[in-house]
Amino acid sequence: MSTANNMESTQPIIKLADLPRQEPFVLHADDRAAIEHETHHYEDPRAATIEALKIVQHRHGWVPDGAIPAIGQVLGIPGSDVEGVATFYNLIFRRPVGRHVIKVCDSVSCFLTGYDDVKKAFSAKLGVELGQTTPDGRFTLLPICCLGACDKGPVLMIDQDTHFDVAPDHIDQLLEQYK
Amino acid sequence: MSALPYAPHPDGDRKPLTYRVNLASPPDLKAYEAQDGYAALHKVVKEAPAEVTKAVKDANLRGRGGAGFPTGVKWGLVPMGADAPKNKYIVCNADEMEPGTFKDRLLMEGLPHQLVESMIVSGYAIQATRGYIFLRGEYVVAAERLNKAVAEAKAAGYLGQNILGSGWNFELFVHTGAGRYICGEETALINSLEGRRANPRAKPPFPQIAGLWGKPTVVNNVETLSNVPHIVLRGGAWFQGLSQGKSKDAGTKLYGISGRAKKTGCWELPFGTSAREILEEHAGGMKDGLKLKCWLPGGASTDFLMPEHLDLAMDFDTIAKAGSRMGTGLLTVVDDKQNIVSVVRNLEEFFARESCGWCTPCRDGLPWTEKLLYALEQGQGREGDIQTLEQLTHFLGPGKTFCAHAPGAMEPLQSALKYFRAEFEAGIAKAPAQAAA
Repeated sequence: MSTANNMESTQPIIKLADLPRQEPFVLHADDRAAIEHETHHYEDPRAATIEALKIVQHRHGWVPDGAIPAIGQVLGIPGSDVEGVATFYNLIFRRPVGRHVIKVCDSVSCFLTGYDDVKKAFSAKLGVELGQTTPDGRFTLLPICCLGACDKGPVLMIDQDTHFDVAPDHIDQLLEQYK
Repeated sequence: MSALPYAPHPDGDRKPLTYRVNLASPPDLKAYEAQDGYAALHKVVKEAPAEVTKAVKDANLRGRGGAGFPTGVKWGLVPMGADAPKNKYIVCNADEMEPGTFKDRLLMEGLPHQLVESMIVSGYAIQATRGYIFLRGEYVVAAERLNKAVAEAKAAGYLGQNILGSGWNFELFVHTGAGRYICGEETALINSLEGRRANPRAKPPFPQIAGLWGKPTVVNNVETLSNVPHIVLRGGAWFQGLSQGKSKDAGTKLYGISGRAKKTGCWELPFGTSAREILEEHAGGMKDGLKLKCWLPGGASTDFLMPEHLDLAMDFDTIAKAGSRMGTGLLTVVDDKQNIVSVVRNLEEFFARESCGWCTPCRDGLPWTEKLLYALEQGQGREGDIQTLEQLTHFLGPGKTFCAHAPGAMEPLQSALKYFRAEFEAGIAKAPAQAAA
């Protein structure tokens, strides 16, 4: 890493061989059908882009590289447009995540009611910082903005479940529900 | 009042938005119909669409999403009649993401049919062909309940072709987003709904003329729309009377308290209720041992107000005169144990992260602001940092950026600098910072 910022180095910073190898992506027939169904809700198939990304993510946990052109093909738009959308929104993951994703609200009301302590407790328990996944692939820890339950802060989501009034000593019990 | 087409519920006259709310088990179609549900729709389809817009104008309904724009005026800009474009849209802004705001969740989870009916009645007013509820992706329970309500309404003939024999066709969809604060800005929301990055659009043209897919589009907040069926049923005079003379603004408002107060929550109260009543009577005051230091009247993008402002009526004009904005009307209270620099750093971190990156002052200015505040929070600020922050409040202020995101971000910063300058000054390092070893 010491040469990472050295512009004169002849070593490439990222070697192709070091990148994770991905299997060729095949859009599942059910997912293709689901995406095509969604396009009927709109005047323009492009509008189903976010839903299409969610459908793929639901199956794979994240949106693999190969899914981007595949979705573009179904919707009749360039893959670059799909990528533009995929990288814009918080809930679309373009990198692999753990089996369960913990999203801790760090907006102002939760900040005032104990976000820092909750976040520290998660980091200590799981051994990861925000943006990281546990080595066993079970949890990814992410920040999220206001979850609209500010009277019950601190608030967080694990997968699709929202948990209210979370305190650091609840965390062991909370995580047990997600294997 | 004797000509009402339904048997009025006493609480419905006082708290129209919330008297039927049931978070544990929201009323299904039958239960909702038994409580005056869809009575407004039955009424409007016998009237001309313009009558609905007129009723909303007469009631002086103003937008509850933060800006307070008169709803009837907004609708009045939509082209009507035989020459109007064939497709028109009504969109509900249910992307509740303003930090400190938790009112629309209550309405959608606790009474989904009210929003569905509101969308149909409002759609009728502008003769929309389709409606979309743009719901933030994190509101999983609301999505499930709204989808169920839409399906029930469709089965009952409240959606679809020739609704209640009126000759009007209307479809309604729940569109869930994937999380970005900027989607709350109405033109960014339209881009997002079209399947694009949620960058705001230039105005004009305004969405009422050229919005979703270039067609006339009205975008209204959940709480705003939820008032419409009640106005249709009970009339503008009743609606104006709801604020009980506390404000020239009409109706009720969902007010709330978050932060370290005793009983945080959200309550439907007469428009113009004082901040003191909301905090002291409804939330029971600050937690024991804590004093109120300052408060945000309606979300992260509003200027801080001080304890001496508590007696002000929470309405658009009164809060504006005090140098802030009512915003969404849900107060965030900051207690005396908090360092204001940390609180503002938290707010600016949010805005920096959520900037869409479309225009330079916002994309570059917000991370710069956050960096300066972080240094001040750590006691590592440098001479001149406070002046730089003050300059940023101008460079990122109104008129300098494409949309209201950055100007909104500057509101808590500029007011914190005004009221708590000493706390910022305390963050300036006394001796020159030592070079890292």
